[in-house]
Amino acid sequence: MITAERKPLEELIECLKPYRRILLAGCNECVTVCAAGGRKEVGILSSALNMHFMKEGKPLEIKEITLERQCDPEYLEQLAPQMDQVDAVLSMACGCGVQEVARRFKETPVFPALNTKFMGASERPGMWAERCQGCGDCVLGSTGGVCPISRCSKQLLNGPCGGSTLGKCEVNPDIDCAWQLIWDRLKALGKTELYEENLPAKDWRPGRGAGPRKILREDLAS
Amino acid sequence: MENFEPVIVAYCCHYCAYTAADMAGSMRLRYPANVKIIRVPCTGKVDAIHIMKALEKGADGVYVAGCLEGDCHFKNGNTRAARRLAYVKKLLDDIGIGGERVEMFLMSAGMGERFAQTASDFTEKIRTLGPNPVKAALGEAKRAVG
Ligand code: SF4
Ligand code: SF4
Repeated sequence: MITAERKPLEELIECLKPYRRILLAGCNECVTVCAAGGRKEVGILSSALNMHFMKEGKPLEIKEITLERQCDPEYLEQLAPQMDQVDAVLSMACGCGVQEVARRFKETPVFPALNTKFMGASERPGMWAERCQGCGDCVLGSTGGVCPISRCSKQLLNGPCGGSTLGKCEVNPDIDCAWQLIWDRLKALGKTELYEENLPAKDWRPGRGAGPRKILREDLAS
Repeated sequence: MENFEPVIVAYCCHYCAYTAADMAGSMRLRYPANVKIIRVPCTGKVDAIHIMKALEKGADGVYVAGCLEGDCHFKNGNTRAARRLAYVKKLLDDIGIGGERVEMFLMSAGMGERFAQTASDFTEKIRTLGPNPVKAALGEAKRAVG
């Protein structure tokens, strides 16, 4: 999933100061799962902002709405009837959702309520960790299902480096060394010979190296 | 402000604090009528949104009362509630309402006296803090409409 965290309230309060009628829009997908921008977080943030501005004697009018997805034009249409009744949108979606709101509703300012972080997975309740950088040419098949691009601090394709100590990365002892994890997993699979095969230098163009990317499926395209 | 009677919402766990409130009643212990009890199956059920909405709607203080450490009927609902409470305190500090308006207390079902004492102490604490600043604004809004 795409993970995100709510921005500090101070920052949100500052950006809403010039406005009175706010549409607070959550998203029912990734940011709901990582407890950053789903219906419940919309409710909590709405209460917090409401209370702050009431206390300041400048009450806001906050409308709460949570879309199935903010990154799909179909769902965004649900915002359309609200748009002439609000001064600004505060979006609790990831950066993709915020941009789609901005693209669809050109005349209303939209602000991000979240800082979008990474593509990751839930390691345990309340904790999410980075798992993929969308490099566009996945090597997980050769690395025992552990991604060296997103999980090795140096993105080494043929690790580990000399800093790997007792399974931890030299950059920070809280980080598991990705190459230790790769080795352990290859051993468990009985496929240590894969470790002997050097991965070739990576072509970064399918990643971000050739500029912003698009996917086109001719069979589905209109 | 002299006539200020705080409105307190207390989320009380069915297995301890709520029963302790009953006990306080049958022991004929007095505790302030300011405390409005909401029974929950476990304090682990109390979410940040419940506390925030209570304050937004004009409660002056909110507390969550759960089982003694290690005694949660559902193993660790009370420790989860304590963590959520810490989160809400921070939120309230950030928006200038003040985290001291919310608190967590632990007690067992047999602690009628503790229940009554906690209710009195918390009510007094909120009385000292004064009304929820949001309430003043809510009142003004109502006066403007009415
Ligand atoms: S190798 Fe590339 S595509 Fe595969 S998980 Fe890692 S970053 Fe993602
Ligand atoms: S210690 Fe491991 S994870 Fe850290 S940079 Fe070296 S190889 Fe990568």
